[in-house]
Amino acid sequence: MLVSLRWLKDYVDFHLSPAELVDRLTMSGLEVESFHETGPAFSNVVAAKILSVKTHPNADKCFLCDVTTGDATYPIVCGAGNINCGDMVPLAKVGATIPGGYTIKSSRIRGELSEGMLCSEQELGVGDDADGIMILSKDLSPGRDLADILDLKDTVFDVGITPNRSDCLSIIGIAREVAAITGGAVRYPVVAVKENKEDIRRITSVDILDPDLCPRYSVRIIRNVKIGSSPLWLRQRLEAVGLRAINNIVDITNFVMMEWGQPLHAFDFRYLEEGRIVVRRSLDGERFISLDEKERILRPDTLMICDGVKPVAIAGIMGGLNSEVKEDTETILLESAYFNPSSIRISAKWLGMSTDAAFRFGRGVDPKGVIRASDRAAQLMAELAGGTIFRGCIDQYPMTVQTAKNIPLRVKRVNDILGADIDADDIVNILKRLEMDVCEEGKGKYSVTPPTYRVDMTREIDLIEEVARLYGYDRILVTLPDVSVAPASVDGKLILEERIRGLLKGSGYSEVITFSFITPDAVDILGLNENDERRNLVKIRNPLTEDQSVMRSTLVYGLLETMKNNSRAGNINLRVFETGRIFIHRHDGELPLEKNKLAGLLTGSRCDDLCIGGGFKTDPGMIGDFYDLKGCIENILDDIRISDVQFRSGHSEPFLHPGKSCGIYAGDEFLGFIGEIHPHVLARMDLKSTAVAFEVDLDVLLVLFSGKIIYRALPKFPSITRDVAFLVKWEMEAEEMLRLAMSASKELLEKVSIFDVYCGKSVPHGMKSLGLRFSYRASDRTLTDDEVNDVHSAIVKEMVDITGAIIRGEES
Amino acid sequence: MIEDLDDLQKKAEDEIGAAGTESEFLAIRTRYLGRKGLLTGVLRNVGQVEPEKRPLFGKRCNEIKEALSEKIEKALERIADLKEEEILLRDRIDVTLPGRKIKYGRSHPISQVCREICHIFAGFGFAVVEGPEVELDYYNFEALNIPKNHPARDMQDTFYIEDNIVLRTHTSPVQIRTMEKQRPPVRILSPGRVYRPDSDISHTPMFHQIEGLLVDRGITFGDLKGVLTSFVRQMFGADISLRFRPSFFPFTEPSAEVDMQCVMCRGEGCRVCSHSGWLEILGSGMVDPEVFKNVGYDPEEFTGFAFGLGLERIAMLKYGISDIRLFFENDMRFLEQF
Repeated sequence: MLVSLRWLKDYVDFHLSPAELVDRLTMSGLEVESFHETGPAFSNVVAAKILSVKTHPNADKCFLCDVTTGDATYPIVCGAGNINCGDMVPLAKVGATIPGGYTIKSSRIRGELSEGMLCSEQELGVGDDADGIMILSKDLSPGRDLADILDLKDTVFDVGITPNRSDCLSIIGIAREVAAITGGAVRYPVVAVKENKEDIRRITSVDILDPDLCPRYSVRIIRNVKIGSSPLWLRQRLEAVGLRAINNIVDITNFVMMEWGQPLHAFDFRYLEEGRIVVRRSLDGERFISLDEKERILRPDTLMICDGVKPVAIAGIMGGLNSEVKEDTETILLESAYFNPSSIRISAKWLGMSTDAAFRFGRGVDPKGVIRASDRAAQLMAELAGGTIFRGCIDQYPMTVQTAKNIPLRVKRVNDILGADIDADDIVNILKRLEMDVCEEGKGKYSVTPPTYRVDMTREIDLIEEVARLYGYDRILVTLPDVSVAPASVDGKLILEERIRGLLKGSGYSEVITFSFITPDAVDILGLNENDERRNLVKIRNPLTEDQSVMRSTLVYGLLETMKNNSRAGNINLRVFETGRIFIHRHDGELPLEKNKLAGLLTGSRCDDLCIGGGFKTDPGMIGDFYDLKGCIENILDDIRISDVQFRSGHSEPFLHPGKSCGIYAGDEFLGFIGEIHPHVLARMDLKSTAVAFEVDLDVLLVLFSGKIIYRALPKFPSITRDVAFLVKWEMEAEEMLRLAMSASKELLEKVSIFDVYCGKSVPHGMKSLGLRFSYRASDRTLTDDEVNDVHSAIVKEMVDITGAIIRGEES
Repeated sequence: MIEDLDDLQKKAEDEIGAAGTESEFLAIRTRYLGRKGLLTGVLRNVGQVEPEKRPLFGKRCNEIKEALSEKIEKALERIADLKEEEILLRDRIDVTLPGRKIKYGRSHPISQVCREICHIFAGFGFAVVEGPEVELDYYNFEALNIPKNHPARDMQDTFYIEDNIVLRTHTSPVQIRTMEKQRPPVRILSPGRVYRPDSDISHTPMFHQIEGLLVDRGITFGDLKGVLTSFVRQMFGADISLRFRPSFFPFTEPSAEVDMQCVMCRGEGCRVCSHSGWLEILGSGMVDPEVFKNVGYDPEEFTGFAFGLGLERIAMLKYGISDIRLFFENDMRFLEQF
């Protein structure tokens, strides 16, 4: 909310510089977001005394004057005849600017020199009089800046009002705060209504049909008003706080709203059919044209102000075009009311109308201030628009608005919460400065009734906060909590994530964070099957954009987007990973399933291009592939001690290359998948180069994760190895041969591993050569060759028997 | 004769002194010490020496032989060493070429900041807990004393999934979920993603917060000030000034916004702090009694404080980043700076 310092000073005296005021307000809870000085629309205009006036020799309607600013005398040619010798007038000196963007220059007018310009009120933008030169008080000393004389300089503060402080949505509200902070008193405007003898009840009436939405509605009638523009002081005040001056009647309602925080509405009485007001809920689908000339279709529970026949305003939000105050309006029906805040909020939100009135009603106005504001406006309409006020005021108040009374307050509780030692007297004093009514109920016990405008004060804790903020948060001493010492339990998931993050970083993978929402098209781009649970998307009702309208059900899509963004930026070699949630919709009305996932993606060269150490040049063909990423995952699973890890080709994902992907398992527990991205997916996303990705379930890993390590004694006796190359069918998986070897094993086989895969010259078409290294060891003796040969031949024979493999070198 | 020996030695030593190459030294050795060498010749003629002088003569001869021999050997050794060095130097490498390395990866700046904050609060005994990102309206709002249609709902625009299901707008619902399950003392920290429909240079529709909650008997506003002051000083430096300023959050009362002296201008006033010299970094307050009632804690028995901070904001201040959107564009040229 904008606050004008000049306007504020109408109600409270204080001796603080603008910067000090900003600090004091901010430190007591009204955050001043910015402030700036404002001034008149002219510059370099000073008071000048007229020394002589003669008629212009060459122009009948012009005069030649000499004026003095005390230290210099200027010849001026002037067109107005209302000036006399000895008058004090505003002089725009050479170089001065006046409204409209004019700069005053030295000139000759019909042959006579004029060094400046004498100005009318209108020319300076300080009044409406355009007929003659503005005449200032003769007591002024010539040479004084006109902006100072007219007190046109102001400072405007932009104050952030928190939702609980509806009472501060007015200048008087801010003045109350300033008074409470400085210990001063608020100078409330004197409201005195001069009524005529005609009783308002004889010409109008108010019926509230829905008192739950409109607990209070009051009306005054002002007759014989003359619509025109508002006086300067009023316009200036409105403009200073960001409101546009319209006409005297509308300006007065706005002025009183800004002064007291009570929105008002002025109807042209002649347009109110049957001359009366009915307050009721709208009918379903009722149409209404508001003041901004837009047709509104109303929802059933919108509160409407109607005349005897039709709606004339959307209560608390905006008036209607059909009863607007016009240039020829003579009789005003002035509304001042209290509407149910939440009803106004719902309607305003539903209609998308955020007006100053709706904002204030929606947060709660002072139920006691309804009549005072009405009187204040009526008084101004009489003073400024020449109106006469009917006797009396219709004040329908069918449902009392509850305001807090007698809130108990314990001094001990204040200090227990704050960790302070504030005297009862200080507490009472602070509350009284806030215009609260404080009664002592016993030692250290009080009963507090806040003023009705403090709708946020209902409980003891609310009062404690008031005490704290006016006492000063900075005066409350810093302490450390006196709590039982217990180390924080460490979250397993964090440890797991840290281990994984460290390994991935060391392997060259950088962490990314992508948005949790993606495009709903993602499931089609990835080609997910109809019955894939990842198609059960969690949809956002009010997304910012369509491509951020569903929650992701896999991390892979975000990584592909990351790849795309980076390739656009020229980063074609990418190794990235992300940890985060995926979301699966289950049933309506129920929270979705959230799973923690880890995913990674590799694309481009295996090595950094710049890595040419020792003359070693990166082979451009060294594109990172499935095995690079697989190795990385194997390392991770090994580091976190997941046992029996298997990469099974049986699992397939529709977005992965069918021949270059697999499922990752720990025993029979599914962990996730890894594979090259399917060329179709690359094409759909317009990705030029191939990529490998994986995703694993962190929640499952967390269950399996164990930091437990048990040392095994180092072998005392040497091992003996035997290498064998098997010719097997091309599609046979190496893992199967290893498994066969281990299952055929007699005790002595310690380990078997792959040392070579070959497919080419000397290997028949459709076959491949798998080199296996068998390692034998006994724990209690050194094995002899004979012993090993026996066992080894038996194992190899069994493998050959089962698979039909041929031992290379033994082909016939 | 013995005098002749002295001349011989001197001559030989002069030659050694003048020699440089391996072959010169070898020639000197042959000339004096070889089978037909000069010194060998002299020794062979020992018979011509008077018998009583023979022992002395012989001793002299041997001394000279050893001395010359040692000098020549040393010289030869030095030459051999130099030769070897020369051979090694032929294999010299350019040590200024870059090392062969696996380019290491980086942690995202947000997760770095998150970890740092979690570590600091772990020191105060705060344990990390997490909660759902898609949340019931009840936990995100109502249990936190933000009823439907309350003005406080204006403070946070919300993404809706269903009437009563939202994307959490803050990490505060974790407070409620934790207190529902646990009796005091409670000391938790909850980092995570949060969502609000807002997108510009200083807002992204998804961002990160950390929520903190401490509940026990006798916890005061002074304790809130103490813990948060320690935190900010550990995070940003021991000499940073702080101020606690009254504010409003529906689930805390009294509430305080924590400002720290601007890290860019040290309080002088600059663009980053909108010339105020202060930067808002934390929201905090004493847990509102209404919240305690919602989780079945007796507000007369227990008090506590809660706080929340935006990780992006902290990271932006810490690293001097001016556009929040950079965090989620994941451009490697950005990520590789952290």
